[in-house]
Amino acid sequence: MAAVSTRRLQKELADIKNHGTPTGITLLKADDFETWYLTLEVLGESLYKGEVFALKFRFEPGYPISSPAVQFVVDDKFRAPLHPHVYSNGHICASILGTEWSPVLSVISVCITLQSMLASCKDKKRPPDNDRYVAHAPENPKKTQFVYHDDEV
Amino acid sequence: MSSDYEYSDNELYDEDEDEMMADEDDESASDMELDGFNDVPVKSKLKSYEVEHISLSQPQVEKLMKTDVDHISGIFGVDAEIASLLLRHFNWNKEKLIEKYMDNAAVVTTAAGITVPEKESSGSSSHRSSSSPSQSQTKILERITPPPAPNEPFVCPICCDDAPTATFNLICEHKFCTNCWNAYIESKIRTEAEHWITCMADGCSVVCPDSFIRTALKDDTSTWNRYQELLVRQFVSCNRNLKYCPYPSCTYTVSCPSGASKSALTTIIPIVTCGASASHKFCFGCNIDADHRPCICAVAKMWLQKCQDDSETANWIKSNTKECGKCQSTIEKNGGCNHMTCKKCKYEFCWVCMGPWSEHGTAWYSCNRYDEKASVDARDAQSQSRASLERYLHYYNRWANHEQSAKLSVEQHAKTERKMEEMQITSQLTWIEVQFMKKAVDEVFKCRMTLKWTYAMAYYLEKGNEKELFEDNQRDLERAVEELSELIESPIDPETISVLRQKVTDKAVYVQKRNEIVLEDTANGFQDGRWKWNVPVEGFD
Ligand SMILES: [Zn+2]
Ligand SMILES: [Zn+2]
Ligand SMILES: [Zn+2]
Ligand SMILES: [Zn+2]
Repeated sequence: MAAVSTRRLQKELADIKNHGTPTGITLLKADDFETWYLTLEVLGESLYKGEVFALKFRFEPGYPISSPAVQFVVDDKFRAPLHPHVYSNGHICASILGTEWSPVLSVISVCITLQSMLASCKDKKRPPDNDRYVAHAPENPKKTQFVYHDDEV
Repeated sequence: MSSDYEYSDNELYDEDEDEMMADEDDESASDMELDGFNDVPVKSKLKSYEVEHISLSQPQVEKLMKTDVDHISGIFGVDAEIASLLLRHFNWNKEKLIEKYMDNAAVVTTAAGITVPEKESSGSSSHRSSSSPSQSQTKILERITPPPAPNEPFVCPICCDDAPTATFNLICEHKFCTNCWNAYIESKIRTEAEHWITCMADGCSVVCPDSFIRTALKDDTSTWNRYQELLVRQFVSCNRNLKYCPYPSCTYTVSCPSGASKSALTTIIPIVTCGASASHKFCFGCNIDADHRPCICAVAKMWLQKCQDDSETANWIKSNTKECGKCQSTIEKNGGCNHMTCKKCKYEFCWVCMGPWSEHGTAWYSCNRYDEKASVDARDAQSQSRASLERYLHYYNRWANHEQSAKLSVEQHAKTERKMEEMQITSQLTWIEVQFMKKAVDEVFKCRMTLKWTYAMAYYLEKGNEKELFEDNQRDLERAVEELSELIESPIDPETISVLRQKVTDKAVYVQKRNEIVLEDTANGFQDGRWKWNVPVEGFD
């Protein structure tokens, strides 16, 4: 029997193939059941109009009981959105990826949550502790115990 | 009960919310004694630097919890399991729970995740405070989690198993397969150390009762035991008279009502020991997991903060090598003794102040005292800041050195011990006869910890007669410790060991006496309000 994470991700992938992704979200790369890439755009009027971001998902064998490691891709093509909950290294401070994670959530539902987090942003700026965090941050954002900046995300 | 009165007296100084806990705790404490829980023999007479405390094992704390649960269960007429969840939801504040429950039981049980909110249909996710669950998300979730049609086989929405052998659900009726429940609950307990486990459905706040967790874990008793421990930890953390032993994998709790009030921390240093081991020493008044006597909590905290802030400036001191003051060759410290001899030029000096050792051995020994004169002469800002750094380094140097020396003497002892073992084979010595070294090393270690903290204290003590007397005691202890340190590093051979043993034993007794003097005198000074600080200290005028 395949690992639970594989069977579950197979199902999520089949759902995406059969029903497509919600607008503004596209599957970039899902060659295995360890790392996926998706792109994210905020539709309609928002501070991020015209910007395209990429998200990297990493899954442990314990997925979906354990949350995926999710971060914005920062490379020569993509940048992390300028947002009070997004660090310049792409790490995201969102309770849904930590204490508020539920195993019924999926890759797509995480994308939608992050999309709406960007859509509702009123002030494009970095978290106040950005420099300090980025200087000492672990490579995997799941290793960080975030103190959530507010209850909204 | 007289303690009731005393406690509420202290309570006046404390602004914390959970003042309702006070009476309750005292009640529990008295129950404890009636039940003959007090298994630690009460010391007939405490020294002035000791504080009364009781160690409780996990089953003893569980019994205290059960008393509260039974009480609530009796008043509300609910199962013990429900009563336990209600108490945990209210952080074991019985009075607050009773008040709110009497006011509106339905609201309380819903908020605690014991009953399902009435209007809501199962499956919605409005509990989450997130702004995110937009319509589209709900739709997506439905696609992954199709509402089970009456005749369709159940597919677990988490693992996508379409033929699970069994399923579980809580009263919210969110159904998942037993394997997923098992994995989820195990991960909550094991990796998140969570004692409040809610339903797996997104945003559902219905809580898993203990019997559900027990069933879901199947025969994984070690995770179940860990869960029991987490429940005890929560109870202990809600009760200001209790503290969980901070040593790794220790499950003991210490009760120390006299160390529980903030106002007491200007006069006492509540260092306690748990029942598991005499080495499990920690402070009941602050988060320092070590014996920081004779320094009170506020000063100890201030000092540690300062050391952390200035760590880079002072880092060089910690290094194990220095240059000989005479011939400049590099000297490495590999023992705990501070009396150094340069291998090359035979210059004898003190590792701490780098001054000649000849000035330390006898009556004149002032390596511990900082010469304030230099800073008085400093006029301009630059030399003043240099003087203040020098002053700090004087104390930090000695602080760090005692810590390092304590560690080195333990390492050194490991070597000595091997030698002693060999000697046991080649000579007439018995195992008992070689134990004197171990005792002496332990004494040196303990006293170096005292000395270490005396430097933190001296850094903040205001100049004057009191400080000088304090430093006299510090110097006497330090000198005795250095002498004992040197003795225990002296070469061992079967011919001279009985002489050495006598010397070491006598010196260890003396060192112990000097340590008592430092601790007692400082403790008495706190009681009398004798110590004055050169900076504002929390709790002092
Ligand atoms: Zn399942
Ligand atoms: Zn539920
Ligand atoms: Zn312990
Ligand atoms: Zn303390």
